[in-house]
Amino acid sequence: MSRPHPLAWAALALGLAFLYGPILLLVAYSFNASRLVTVWAGFSTRWYAGLLDNGPLVDSALVTLKVAFASASLATLLGTLAALALDGRRRFPGRPLLTGLVYAPMVMPEVITGLSLLLLFVGLGIPRGFWTIVVAHATFTLCFVAVVVQARLRLLDRALLDAAADLGAAPVTVFRTVTLPLIAPAVIAGFLLAFTLSMDDLVIASFVSGPGATTLPMRLYSQVRLGVTPEINAISTLLIGAVSLAVLGASVLTARGR
Amino acid sequence: MTTPHPCAIPPATGHLRFEAVTKRFGAHPAVDGVDLDLAAGGVFCLLGPSGCGKSTLLRLTAGFEEPSSGKILLDGRDLAGVPPHRRPVNMMFQSYALFPHRDVAGNVAYGLEREGLGRSEITERVAEMLRLVQLEAFGARRPDRLSGGQRQRVALARALAKRPRVLLLDEPLGALDRALREETQAELRALQRRLGTTFVVVTHDPAEAMVLADRIGVMAAGRLVQAGAAADLYERPATRYVAGLLGDVNLIEGRLGAGGAGTVRGLDTPLGPLRAFDHHGAGEAGSPGLLALRPERLALAAEGLPGTLLDTTYLGDRIVCRVGMADGRVLRAALPPGAGPAPGAGVHLAFAPEAASLLPGGPAS
Repeated sequence: MSRPHPLAWAALALGLAFLYGPILLLVAYSFNASRLVTVWAGFSTRWYAGLLDNGPLVDSALVTLKVAFASASLATLLGTLAALALDGRRRFPGRPLLTGLVYAPMVMPEVITGLSLLLLFVGLGIPRGFWTIVVAHATFTLCFVAVVVQARLRLLDRALLDAAADLGAAPVTVFRTVTLPLIAPAVIAGFLLAFTLSMDDLVIASFVSGPGATTLPMRLYSQVRLGVTPEINAISTLLIGAVSLAVLGASVLTARGR
Repeated sequence: MTTPHPCAIPPATGHLRFEAVTKRFGAHPAVDGVDLDLAAGGVFCLLGPSGCGKSTLLRLTAGFEEPSSGKILLDGRDLAGVPPHRRPVNMMFQSYALFPHRDVAGNVAYGLEREGLGRSEITERVAEMLRLVQLEAFGARRPDRLSGGQRQRVALARALAKRPRVLLLDEPLGALDRALREETQAELRALQRRLGTTFVVVTHDPAEAMVLADRIGVMAAGRLVQAGAAADLYERPATRYVAGLLGDVNLIEGRLGAGGAGTVRGLDTPLGPLRAFDHHGAGEAGSPGLLALRPERLALAAEGLPGTLLDTTYLGDRIVCRVGMADGRVLRAALPPGAGPAPGAGVHLAFAPEAASLLPGGPAS
């Protein structure tokens, strides 16, 4: 292995700066003592303390966390089941097509997903609010769970399942005592991924939410149109922290499962 | 020696019986009409190259696959439709298939937990099994912290913990290095004698089969070619394939003379008329036949088949001589060590007709 060329280091630094510069700037300004977003006036945590007094923002944060938890739970359950059903042990006609159909929402434009769900809810006469967001988020995060779990299932040694059956375990017991413990890291990683995707989403939530169910990204977006305040920087920093932790957790779990 | 066909063993014991068992994957028969009858106790080895159907036969017995036709009977009970978790047989997997999320004791305990045994009884049985495979001190270890040999013993202990009536072993020593394998073969043999459990071992290694087995079943292309004790297969092979599998052999082709199974018959060969014993029925008079002769059954004599000694190889317990014959072929003779003729000398080879076997010849053999 030869050492990377100095130019390669420079290219890497440039790339990383391009990716993370704006975010670092946001994080830095969230600790700015000044109310003016563009003028640095010394270090302060006053905007973080002030967040708790901002009722609507706290409400939105709670809605977001609840939606993320509920939709991630639903997506984890359905995504894991989909992964198990589509797992390659038993071949059946249409399996590649069905696999494609499960993965398609990953590349579907969010506007389309949001619009079609809106049409569905309106058509069925379902009042829009908290639960419609949960269902909408579960439909588009499910495929990510399925991908992560399926990748782990593919690495699972089939002989382990045969061995469990051979030692007297009925199929349900094989799943409970061998399959599930071994894919658990991937299932949890899928949950964390679904959780962050739900927390981040603005477009789909905007389509399917109703009165009283405003998520944090929706709240931030509407406030930014009135001007960026240091409070927004502060809550965004918290959001970045939460997402980073979840993604880190997911990747650690995925790596450990290998 | 009146056995009509090498595969047809009289139904005397019937502990584990295969009756015309066939398994097709698509149109391709992986196991093709296998008839086999195993006595309780003892080690039976299924021997053959990879893809010959021996592992499929094992998986059929364990219940992971169902036969396309035919029956498998265990102590007279038809196993058709019985799922793997209800069969009183256990399997030791080639990859060992140890549960990575359980420690050694947890692996051994798995089958006992499924039986719903009490905690204290499970602990006791696990300790007993670990003692049996000399891993008492390793109960709390994770499988990934064990050596290959230790993993092999955990797999063995786990498969034996439920006291199965038949233990199926799929290439049990395949993943071990050579020195460990020889040591483990002896241990496995001793363990089987102590427990009395019937072992069915799949292996591709003829030497391993000869060390482990009371009886060997040779498989090729899904069919059971011949079953018997190692000495039967070695001294009285039924086909060219079996003859070549279990050691070095000289083959001389020719036309069969008059006679049948259980007689000494003539064979008209390029080396002249020869005589050998027909154990299994090599074919009708006039059809192509093969004479199979182990090198140690050939001796230098005052008269016999004339040839020229090409070279000799000293192997300690014997000397292997390569002798060029009149028609250009080379025969190998294994002689006791000692002074012999020098290379280049003219020699005569001789053998007793009873020491050579007649086999069916032709392309089908």
